[in-house]
Amino acid sequence: MNEIPLTHILFVSTALFFIGMYGLFTRRNIITMLMSIELMLNSVNINFVAFNKYLFPDKLDGIFFSLFIITIAAAEAAVAIAIIINLYRSHNSIDVDDATEMKF
Amino acid sequence: MSNYLYLAWIPLLPLATFVLLGLFGRKYFAKTAGIIGTASLLTSTLLSFVAARQYFLEDGKVNGAYQKIIALKYTWLEFSPNVSIDMGIIVDPISIMMLIVVTSVSLMVHIFSLGYMKGEERFATYYAFLSLFTFSMLGLILSSNIFQVYMFWELVGVSSFLLIGYYFNKPSAVAASKKAFIVTRFADLGFLIGILILGFYGGTMDISLLIEKLTVTSSAAFVNITTASFLGASMLTWGLTLIFVGGAGKSAMFPLHIWLPDAMEGPTPVSALIHAATMVVAGVYLVARLFPVYSMDESALTIVTYVGAFSALLAAIIACTQTDIKRVLAYSTMSQIGYMMFALGISKNGGENGLGYMASMFHLFTHAFFKSLLFLGAGSVIHMVHSNEMKDMGGLRKLMPVTHIAFLIACLAIAGIPPFAGFFSKEEILLAAFHANKLIYGVALVTAGLTSFYMFRLYFSIFWSKESTVHNNHGEGPWTMKLPLIILAICAVGVGFVPFSQFVTSDGIALTTHIDLLFSIAPVGLTLVAILLAASFYKTQNNKPEKAALAFGGFYTAAHKKFYVDEVYLFITKKIIFPLIGQPIAWADKYIVDGFMLALANTTAKLSTSIKGLQSGKVQNYALYFFGGVLALSILFIYIWK
Repeated sequence: MNEIPLTHILFVSTALFFIGMYGLFTRRNIITMLMSIELMLNSVNINFVAFNKYLFPDKLDGIFFSLFIITIAAAEAAVAIAIIINLYRSHNSIDVDDATEMKF
Repeated sequence: MSNYLYLAWIPLLPLATFVLLGLFGRKYFAKTAGIIGTASLLTSTLLSFVAARQYFLEDGKVNGAYQKIIALKYTWLEFSPNVSIDMGIIVDPISIMMLIVVTSVSLMVHIFSLGYMKGEERFATYYAFLSLFTFSMLGLILSSNIFQVYMFWELVGVSSFLLIGYYFNKPSAVAASKKAFIVTRFADLGFLIGILILGFYGGTMDISLLIEKLTVTSSAAFVNITTASFLGASMLTWGLTLIFVGGAGKSAMFPLHIWLPDAMEGPTPVSALIHAATMVVAGVYLVARLFPVYSMDESALTIVTYVGAFSALLAAIIACTQTDIKRVLAYSTMSQIGYMMFALGISKNGGENGLGYMASMFHLFTHAFFKSLLFLGAGSVIHMVHSNEMKDMGGLRKLMPVTHIAFLIACLAIAGIPPFAGFFSKEEILLAAFHANKLIYGVALVTAGLTSFYMFRLYFSIFWSKESTVHNNHGEGPWTMKLPLIILAICAVGVGFVPFSQFVTSDGIALTTHIDLLFSIAPVGLTLVAILLAASFYKTQNNKPEKAALAFGGFYTAAHKKFYVDEVYLFITKKIIFPLIGQPIAWADKYIVDGFMLALANTTAKLSTSIKGLQSGKVQNYALYFFGGVLALSILFIYIWK
């Protein structure tokens, strides 16, 4: 089986990262923004796994890092959703443009 | 050596009274403040007398000379192992003598005020201030360190300020209190510099050590301070002269005397206490305290002598022309302090030549009693007449018999008629002056004549002159006002017989003095002539005073206007110092110092307004900045910073 070159995978992860970033900047719904952040995290995971496989095949550090990130992303989602619920209770909306009191 | 630690209670009791009355007086002691203040001071007075008995009669004398005892020494502020500011209590003849003077006069004033100030709205505050003053003055007397003297010196100045400005709703009183404070404060600048000079060369601020170091001509400190010179005078002269400037400010010596007449705006008992008997002699006391050092420097003593003599004469001339009775007394005080000053100036340290020192201290002692009596008598008269002006008085001798007799005794005492107190001390001063300097003797003699003239002018104008126009039914005042007058009158007769030269001399060794009857003829004769002249002028109403004033012409007007010293001060400050120095400095302060700071603040404020839009509160903006930053840093580190 022909090996897929590393660059292809990096293209995928970069695309994923910028798709996430685009979503983060353009969406006003906080939950969608949270999903975009997850996309960006996953692109990083792909990078870790790919670099581990192609550059240091006899080590597992990159894979462990991915596992850490997945765990932390789950925790982060929990916290973020708690914040979103609170925000909804106080503002009756989960639109970021409705929560701009913390300014000059 | 026995224990004098209990002397600390003498100033501490009035301090406690001050704290008590100052904090709680108006609420809880509005009626009883006077009793509390008087009782605490009575204790201090009794302690002072116990101390005097113990020191003078029991254990002060060692080998025929009174010793200087340091009863307490406590390091308050240490700069380095050698230089420290100590708090201490010094016990020597003059400090004990001053303790007696201050506590007794203060006690009399406290008692007198019970009647005089009765019904005042701020009665408790008044007693609190009196206690503060008494505390400061007693602390000043007992100080063993020259810096400690300075601190109490300032405290005395503050309490004097508070008491002069007691009637704070009267603009003239406010102006007078400010004037007193600023003038004396200005003089204190000289005092401070003088202290620093002596402290720098002497290497210590302790008075006894300083005297020890600076009176031995072979010591390193003495050689240094006399060889170092500035503008042609040695540093010793500078130091001592500057300290004398401080003393001259408090003691109202020319040209720093301008505050004293105005200070009469305060309540009359206060004038009796502060501006007659105690605070104003602080300058004399200061010079006496450092006298061994002064005696090493002829030029400083010469300055003391001539300033004293000139002030004595000038004040006596002005006093003859004033019509406000308290102002007459104020100038009289200035004149008598001038007497004490030049008596110190012509004195030498130790032995027979120390007569001037003894005479000065003796005069300080007797003067305190008869001058406070005069002021309290004047207070009693003002209480009756409700005016300070002579023209509103006259013929009061029948209405106020006690005051009349007391005032007469005080006048005789200050004029120097034997056997009243002033005679003895004045005689000693004149004798010392006669032996030391004939010019000073002449000035002193003329001043003595003028003194009796203006005192009896005052006496006849108040108590004789014309029929009384006062129709008051409150009489002479309660016993609290009469009792101090009687006690002080007894003192004014009696204190001259105290064998003062046995106790207080420049070197602690008893001095034998004798009254030379032949010598006394001139001053006493002159005094009698002056009294007769005053009697012929003022005993009944006639036109002689006007004629005399016309005969003197411009000189009379000048004296009546106090020789325009105030105007000269105003001219110098308003026309020279303010426009030439004050305004440029104000300009620089406003536009350069403040301008720089304002520019700094304004720039910061403008900058922050212009960029505050960045803080939009929108999460996505922040995320954008963050990614922009990351991008910029990536570009920086990948392509530029290789």
